[in-house]
Amino acid sequence: MRHHYFNLRLVSLIALFGLFMLNDSCRSGKKGQDGKEVGLEDFLSEEDIFDDIDKAKKIFYSLPSPLETAMLIKSAGATYNETVLNDLANVEKYSTNKSKALNLGIYTTDLSFACLFDQAQTSLKYMDATRRLATEMGINDAIDEETMKRLEQNLNKREIVMDIISETFLNSSSYLKENDQQEVAAIVLVGGWIEGLYIGSQMVGPNPVQGNKLVDRIAEQKLSFSIVERMLQDNKQNQLGEENRDIVELINELHSVKTAFEKIEVQTSAVKVDASDTSAVTVLKSQTKITVTPEAFAELQAAVKSLRNNFVQ
Amino acid sequence: MKKYLPYIVTLAALIAFNQSVSAQCKGFAKKLCKLELTGYIHDGNYHAAILTEGEEAELYKTFYSGQNYRLAVCGSETLPPIEFQVVDAYKNVLYDNNQHNDSGTWDFKLESSQQLKIVVKVPVSAQKTEFPNSGCVAIMFGFQDK
Repeated sequence: MRHHYFNLRLVSLIALFGLFMLNDSCRSGKKGQDGKEVGLEDFLSEEDIFDDIDKAKKIFYSLPSPLETAMLIKSAGATYNETVLNDLANVEKYSTNKSKALNLGIYTTDLSFACLFDQAQTSLKYMDATRRLATEMGINDAIDEETMKRLEQNLNKREIVMDIISETFLNSSSYLKENDQQEVAAIVLVGGWIEGLYIGSQMVGPNPVQGNKLVDRIAEQKLSFSIVERMLQDNKQNQLGEENRDIVELINELHSVKTAFEKIEVQTSAVKVDASDTSAVTVLKSQTKITVTPEAFAELQAAVKSLRNNFVQ
Repeated sequence: MKKYLPYIVTLAALIAFNQSVSAQCKGFAKKLCKLELTGYIHDGNYHAAILTEGEEAELYKTFYSGQNYRLAVCGSETLPPIEFQVVDAYKNVLYDNNQHNDSGTWDFKLESSQQLKIVVKVPVSAQKTEFPNSGCVAIMFGFQDK
């Protein structure tokens, strides 16, 4: 009996230990390489990469960060327009955990966008707004006095400002993930990503859709949308199996964007490594087929605008 | 109350251990792994976890055309060199660091945007120990400003 009791205790302790070790936004997955020959003429859709996920492995889903999002918009030919950014006065309004998290992501994308276009004073103001939200969320060391001072001293040096933005975002996301707030970290990322979609789609305006680099870049975000969906599904329940209402609500809110993306086709071919290139940077050769009609793009524009305006209210 | 004391102490120790290991992982990613991205701008995302010898992890990310990327995969000192592969949706292995002297970084760019999978594995150490080693593994991405 005593022996049985000891075994039970041991099993409970091991189970408890296992539970505590599950402290990251990781989940699990499986691997498979069928080695079949594929060429650039074969195309797959955005869901195929997830075909062989093995739930026994740790899984990370990575979305473009606010900094990368802003970089993608800029490199696609967007110009700077401050009127599309979230009004700084709105920072007073955010009282729920969800609205704070979404707008931390939104303001970080705005800050990154301003920085990439060398808007020094605007960058400073948006850094202050992100600092305020991060502090209200309990992430006190994400942006400290020293960071603000370093930012002020280097406002005209874009590389340093980008490094500061990257570091403060890393501080926030690592704090949230390591304090069992993976779902909050996911909401921050979704907020930042939607803001990027919003800024990009506003920049397109009435310009033609066909042959428009910015439109193609926005359409390609369908590839990241499938990652958004999986990341949110993975964070829908906590380790005790309790449902997270904010995540469930967010999944529902994203429905109109999902419907709009379904009318846009993005297919990718297999990737070939360019073996002839001897430079230090490997070139991956492939093709992407994007089919987007003016109507489908207008629907996406409207869905993103409505969702984003709902987030910043 | 006394009979629950051992459980409470064990639970507190486990929480403390977990918090301490997490903090080390965060510090490892920020202070050591980020250095591998020198020359690139870190995207700001945090992907790190405690892995044990023999354990694998996968990361899914969309990479966009026109960007120069650096992928850095780092493991803490307690672990043998981390193995990683980059795989496309057709399961083609595009990069395997085993074939590049266990390099911890890979620089690449894409002709067109793609979803790729990074498969990371902590190999089992050749040196036999009573328990398998565990340590922090971080996956970080950098890009270049154009």
